[in-house]
Amino acid sequence: MEEHRPRVPLAAATPYLLVLPAAAYLAVFVLYPMAQAVRLGVADPHTGGWTLEHVRRMASDLYFWPAVRYTLWITAVAVPLQVVLALSMALLVNTRFPGHTAFLYVCAIPLAVSDLAAGLIWLSLFTERGYLNAALVQWGVLRHPFNFLSHEHPAWLVGAIVTTEVWRATAIVMVVLVAGLQLLPRDYAETAAVFGASRWQTLRHVLLPLLRPSLQTALIIRTVLAFQLFATVVTLSGRLVPVLAGETYFWYTLYRNPHVASAYATLVLLLSALFVWVYLRTLRPEGEGA
Amino acid sequence: MTLRKLGLYAAALLLTAWVLAPIVLIALAAATPREDLYRWPRPLWPERLSFEILSSFARQEAVLRALGNSLAVAGLTIVLATLVSAPAGYALARYPFRGREAVQLGILATKMFPATALAVPLAVAFIRWGLYDTLLGVALVHTALSVPFVILIVASVFRGVPAELEEAAMSLGASRVGAFIRVTFPMALPGLAAAAIFTFILSWNEVFAATLLTVNHRTLPALLVHSVVAEGAPLHYRYAGGFFLVLPALVIIFVIRRYLLTLWGVTVR
Repeated sequence: MEEHRPRVPLAAATPYLLVLPAAAYLAVFVLYPMAQAVRLGVADPHTGGWTLEHVRRMASDLYFWPAVRYTLWITAVAVPLQVVLALSMALLVNTRFPGHTAFLYVCAIPLAVSDLAAGLIWLSLFTERGYLNAALVQWGVLRHPFNFLSHEHPAWLVGAIVTTEVWRATAIVMVVLVAGLQLLPRDYAETAAVFGASRWQTLRHVLLPLLRPSLQTALIIRTVLAFQLFATVVTLSGRLVPVLAGETYFWYTLYRNPHVASAYATLVLLLSALFVWVYLRTLRPEGEGA
Repeated sequence: MTLRKLGLYAAALLLTAWVLAPIVLIALAAATPREDLYRWPRPLWPERLSFEILSSFARQEAVLRALGNSLAVAGLTIVLATLVSAPAGYALARYPFRGREAVQLGILATKMFPATALAVPLAVAFIRWGLYDTLLGVALVHTALSVPFVILIVASVFRGVPAELEEAAMSLGASRVGAFIRVTFPMALPGLAAAAIFTFILSWNEVFAATLLTVNHRTLPALLVHSVVAEGAPLHYRYAGGFFLVLPALVIIFVIRRYLLTLWGVTVR
């Protein structure tokens, strides 16, 4: 029927004209810098040709491998914890107990807390004269305050960072999962119960498979964000626990070298793309994956 | 059955405490007199409260300037992000057009884009364009980060305003633009306000780009990172800073609560 209607060129173009400003803006401020990051990472500042000098400098730096390792480690520990915790929150919200909306909003509060604020908040707990030591000494667990945030105990340092990240970033996973659960027809779970499935079986065999697209989205968002880990780490550990985004910052502001900083930024970009690809391959929504 | 209910409430209470306790503790830390913070053994519960730390933090000239910068950047970002993204959101809500899926995929991709990768090349470009160390430069980056979110909120807002009302106004003689201004816009206003508030918190919270792009015109997060990393600011300064940063979060989740699921609920298929 469309083709019989007289064509009004302007009306047909309207949606495209409306989308144009946003598209143009993102092209200038996202696509262009993305290409620039890659270019700066391999450009010779003197000749303008390309060189692997910056990448080599990055890879031979003392902090490079620790930064790669710590970034991956913290992500590997924090993200599964966030998913499990967020899933419990989302399932609780989904039971629709009286007060579940208030519970949802409270759990969502960290969504509006920055990584910097979260780092400073948890610093007040983990620092040598912080709440944690005050409590442990008062309850007789410790005799003297323990320095959780020192280079002598990297495991504790990473533990503090992971705790802070789990506290801050579980909210985003929870919201994705709550939205996913709300899309599921309620009678699926009820039918499973009628046929004698226990709550655990219903969760394992009915809800979780149906939730797969949401879980996948949550995993992608969280992993990409985890590779950008910066202020939490810097406030809790300084440079004792080097991470990729932190090195980007130090190379740019401390060593004034935008090329090596760009090489780091490009690495973050590539790692993120790689993980998105892996997730999309392994967690197919149609169920042919696992 | 009742045992299950008890378990539910216990779990909900435990998780609520896990989320809220750190916020209460930073508020207490920021309201503890300075000498009590450094005393040992430290009492678990402060014996007295004072505004000494907070008021001395808030009275510093650098902090006040950074606060002003943060607010100015957030304000600029709200204006820019609304201008750039509101039309796209309206298009997504009202028009079935070819390429819609591509637009939605683009939104999803930019939403998850690692902002860390943008800051360095933009800093280099901004030095050339004369935007380095300016509030406008920071606002431009914050706008890029908020565009996908604002499009999503605005689209959901306009989907909530029935197109029939707009059509009715047009059949009564209003032009398309007139119908939009007189009918749709007033009804969409509360939702647009929510989008503005979300943009505010995104800009207020953004640390990395603001830190890399400013030297003399730092926003509050950039100032705090600088004082912590480069100057080793004392604990009480850090606590006061953390408390100030977290304050808006408490209000804002409540204000944008209707759009929480809209913002993050879209999945990758």
